[in-house]
Amino acid sequence: MKPIHVLGLIPFIGMLGGLPFANKATPLVLGLPFLLFWIVLWVILTSVVMAIVNFLDPSNREEEV
Amino acid sequence: MSAMLIMLAFLIAAIFLAIQSGWGKKMNLEQWAVGGRGFGTVFVFLLLAGEFFTTFTFLGGSGMIYQVGSPAYYVLMYLTLAYVFSYYLLPPIWRYAKEHRIVSISDFFRSKYESSLLGMLVAVVGMVGSVPIVVLQLKGLGIIVSETSYGMISPTLAMWIGTIVVTVYVMISGIHGAARTAIIKDITIVMIVVFLGIYLPYHYYDGFKPMFEAIQATKPGHLTLPDKGQSLSWVISTVLLTVVGFYMQPGLFAAALSAKSVKVFRRNTIIMPLYTLMLVFVFLVGYTAILQVPGLKGAEGDLALLRLSIQTFDPWFIGVIGGVGLLTALVPTSVFLLTIGTLFAKNIYQPLAKSSSEEHIAKVAKVTVPVVALISLYFVINGGNALYALLLMSFSLITQLFPALLCSLLPNNNPVNKYGAAWGILCGVATVAYLTISKTTIGTLFPDLPQAVKDLNTGFIALFVNLLITFVVSALTRNSVAKKETISSPNY
Repeated sequence: MKPIHVLGLIPFIGMLGGLPFANKATPLVLGLPFLLFWIVLWVILTSVVMAIVNFLDPSNREEEV
Repeated sequence: MSAMLIMLAFLIAAIFLAIQSGWGKKMNLEQWAVGGRGFGTVFVFLLLAGEFFTTFTFLGGSGMIYQVGSPAYYVLMYLTLAYVFSYYLLPPIWRYAKEHRIVSISDFFRSKYESSLLGMLVAVVGMVGSVPIVVLQLKGLGIIVSETSYGMISPTLAMWIGTIVVTVYVMISGIHGAARTAIIKDITIVMIVVFLGIYLPYHYYDGFKPMFEAIQATKPGHLTLPDKGQSLSWVISTVLLTVVGFYMQPGLFAAALSAKSVKVFRRNTIIMPLYTLMLVFVFLVGYTAILQVPGLKGAEGDLALLRLSIQTFDPWFIGVIGGVGLLTALVPTSVFLLTIGTLFAKNIYQPLAKSSSEEHIAKVAKVTVPVVALISLYFVINGGNALYALLLMSFSLITQLFPALLCSLLPNNNPVNKYGAAWGILCGVATVAYLTISKTTIGTLFPDLPQAVKDLNTGFIALFVNLLITFVVSALTRNSVAKKETISSPNY
């Protein structure tokens, strides 16, 4: 387990760990109930995290296509 | 009438693309089942995405929002997290599979644990877990076609046509057909779903905000997770279970093997989560339907999207929705059928018939396809409670493969041997069956526990039994395995 792989835990902690606090209908954010907004936000953040992981992971450079 | 013509055009386009994709390729088993391991980021993306964007998400996603509301979000969460997990899980599987020319999940077990019997067991679990998915897709297909043809085509006739089409094209072009059809399917479904998800709330409510305010006023509690039942702890535990079980589904496992390099999965982890956001638009359609097509009870909730569309749009556009819906059923069905065919031919038929000719096995795999398709069709038309029970447990059954698979990926010294793996899977599967059929939950077993614990997904019980048996049996049989290996080692 390389240190960079620990980054993969962030989406789990953020999305699921935040649920108890995000489980409410209001305030509506961008027209969405807060709970749905929270999840959508984390889906987007997950994509960002994985882009960073892809960029930093040394094994992506080692291997030929 | 125009609706039916448009649907027919989609069907013909799908058949043409599928057949054309197989032209000029020598269809041996590896080519047929995993595309000769030559698919790049785009095709693998489409195949993996195609697997999740099925009729179930199209109809079921909006239906679940309509019926129960927020617990439906779990789908969005597990898909996103399953892709994150795949970054770490899939590369070692893929490398091993390539080196040993593995084309299915049961092949993988057979090779890793050096046991054809274990391979057979995994094949049976995989098939039992996959048939309900085919059944579900065919059922969805029947609903879509009969609704969007305004009742002119009966669900049964629609399912017959769908079954024949998918069987023919799976037999001719294997996974190439699915990958090719997935292109038009995904482009059109994205356009349709985004359009519906934005247009419908604006048409009926002038925006998302007024819509949610109206729902909150009429059905308070629909926009948050309930305190018990499908509560917070149900959602979190279900997401975690589904994440680990996700790639154990034989169809997804095979789709992953079709990648041409490990970079394909890694790159996909960036786009895939964003793609799941399509589901949000499906949810928005479900939310619009709550107050606009009230009164759909129970399973009828799955009709929410179609009923709302029929009440809103002209027939030609309903035809487009129907055509796209048709494709969302055909693509995953074809991948699952071909996976079941491969599992049966390679891991059940081959060891029993002691046949070694690759060509013969490929033929058996292809012949299995229409047989399984007909069995599934029979289930859809005549299936009663048995089918429902099977559907409920199919995913938990498949998840039982996870512990042994994960242990086999450890770089050295797998603590689990073939006996442990086999008994663990068997006991896990038996537990799932028992819990599902007797409707046992953690709540009924231990009524005094706090609500949050009672709502945990029962899949955890089965997984716990599985793990326990796996390690205990492995530890008990360690010596006998070691002895045998020294005797038989010259054979390897």
